[in-house]
Amino acid sequence: MKLHEYQAKDLLEKTGVKVLKGTVASTKAEIPGAIAQLSASGPWVVKAQVHAGGRGKAGGVKLAKTKAELQEKAEAILGMTLVSNQTGPAGVLVKKILLVEAVDIAKEIYVSILMDRKAGKPLIIASAEGGMEIEELAHKSPEKILKVHIDPLTGLQAYQARELAYQLAPAEPSDSPVYQGLADILMGLSKAFFLYDASLVEVNPLIITPDKQVIALDAKVAIEDNALYRHADIEAMRDVAEENPKEVKAAEAGLNYIALDGNIGCLVNGAGLAMATMDLIKLHGGSPNNFLDVGGGANKDTMLAAFKLLLSDEQVKGILVNIFGGIVRCDLVAQGVIDAAKEVELTVPMVVRLEGTNAEAGKKLIAESGLPITPADGFNDATLKIVAAVKGR
Amino acid sequence: MAIIINKGTKVLFQGIGKAGSFHLKGCKDYGSQVVAGVQPKKGGTMVEGVPAFNTVRQAVKATGADASAIFVPAAGCADAILEAADAGIKTIVCITEGIPVLDMSRTKQVLRQQYPEVRLIGPNCPGIITVGECKIGIMPGYIHKKGKVGIVSKSGTLTYEAVHQTTVAGFGQTTCVGIGGDPILGSTYLDILPLFEKDPETEIIVLIGEIGGDAERMAAEYWKANMKKPIVAFVAGRTAPEGKRMGHAGAIVGGADDRADAKLKMLAGYGIHTVENPSLIGEKVAEVLGER
Repeated sequence: MKLHEYQAKDLLEKTGVKVLKGTVASTKAEIPGAIAQLSASGPWVVKAQVHAGGRGKAGGVKLAKTKAELQEKAEAILGMTLVSNQTGPAGVLVKKILLVEAVDIAKEIYVSILMDRKAGKPLIIASAEGGMEIEELAHKSPEKILKVHIDPLTGLQAYQARELAYQLAPAEPSDSPVYQGLADILMGLSKAFFLYDASLVEVNPLIITPDKQVIALDAKVAIEDNALYRHADIEAMRDVAEENPKEVKAAEAGLNYIALDGNIGCLVNGAGLAMATMDLIKLHGGSPNNFLDVGGGANKDTMLAAFKLLLSDEQVKGILVNIFGGIVRCDLVAQGVIDAAKEVELTVPMVVRLEGTNAEAGKKLIAESGLPITPADGFNDATLKIVAAVKGR
Repeated sequence: MAIIINKGTKVLFQGIGKAGSFHLKGCKDYGSQVVAGVQPKKGGTMVEGVPAFNTVRQAVKATGADASAIFVPAAGCADAILEAADAGIKTIVCITEGIPVLDMSRTKQVLRQQYPEVRLIGPNCPGIITVGECKIGIMPGYIHKKGKVGIVSKSGTLTYEAVHQTTVAGFGQTTCVGIGGDPILGSTYLDILPLFEKDPETEIIVLIGEIGGDAERMAAEYWKANMKKPIVAFVAGRTAPEGKRMGHAGAIVGGADDRADAKLKMLAGYGIHTVENPSLIGEKVAEVLGER
């Protein structure tokens, strides 16, 4: 689950990371109040609060020297459609802005923590060259990226934070307060990663001011979905307006669904088979509309919710049902398909492939249902049939 | 022969609620030696004809179980895995999906340090089956046929697809291992491939991968340096958009190397047989075996 910058800063501040919190506005009427709470003298910065990255280049971050200018820039950014390299061409609507005091920057540093799958441990990635995207840095000068694993049983050790600090600000004299400031922030970020079950903690840039303060100027925190059950307070911060509306609806119905941009609706049991079904549609020249895994316990209710979701989508010109019944019985799946198809009017062609437990009984039920459903033998046949059926629709 | 489990394996089930006891019966009906169920407060009762115990240690002492199938809810899995390891279980199969990744990170670290001899399969996996001998998991037993193909896969239903195809093609399987779809796994391809290479009954290996991570690359490097038996590979998710989690927690494209087409190309570059069309796994196996 992604969080906004202002939410991330709230969480990081609690684990000892120095941040500039600023104030938030979500309507034009809230802007004067938000400005009034800031320091009397500027400059200040207005920052669009959207989940997508690349805000700065897309015009979502602006500096203001006077309060009148701040008001004007805040009004311009709130409600704008922000198009960055991460939003897609349609862009995203800015529904919240963060107003914050600007600070002088002497040096920018990059720090993030994420799970290293190979090692099975959290990994700190840091670089003395902050400010730019880490992908760009990794491409241009990989030797400038530092990597340190964190033992999940102990957390980040103080010596590890110290070692990193000395590498990240090598120009500072030995007795500079910057090192303690950096080490404190690194310890705070590691603490946050474990405390909040984060999948990502990223600060870019982490800055050193001319008067030697170390501050997390930006903050990105994502929480691992599987751990949300033990973080009700963070789950309450979820901003559904930033998420795909079809995916939000699917999640409410308990479906494992990802929206894509094609026209063949897919309903499959199992994540791997669901992905492979999409792949095969593409291989045969079609275009999948979605990833949808109805799981092992595909019953009438999940089928009905899935059909409603797919049929309410104007992009869907055909539906492919691909079930490999292992534990789940194909005759029950077939009955679910039939019941659901009767309840919601079937307006597009549908191909059903049933394999596995009680597949013959399932196929028979569908054949005898009188519904306009095309049966398929095998995975390949099913995808060929649905691709042919939607062609030209 | 086959690998990891066989007809001598004695299995206990941790978590004997609705799902656990259903699959306990399924494994028992398949012919696995299921000797016990474990769940606090259920000690002294019977579950599907086998005795239940309050703790794994009690169950191991009474029955000599050496393998465990874990069906407890996600929040209790880290504890259940370590309970099994500490009670002396050598093969732990964790079926449960949705375990927080930091729980697995810690659990794996403890296993590495204190129980290096324990083999954990999963989590978030269909389990493992040695055809005709022992099934520990949720896969439908009847689609398997004793034969010569070893299967190692990140996916459940896609594994059934590969099993079905190699059964229909007449080759059958030795052992099928679902290693699971999570970012941190107890066993990876690297833990399973050497066992298949050594197993005299396994003649060819089907490897099913997914987007995300670089486990497939490590498998390819290992194969090139250490193995003679051929591999047929498929990688699911070439249509997956970047940054979206495709059902499995580990199935997410982060960088260019995570993509399915990049992985397939990489595998082919190492000399591994690949299929772009997942319905042609069985045919490819036939082709490769014909070549040899």
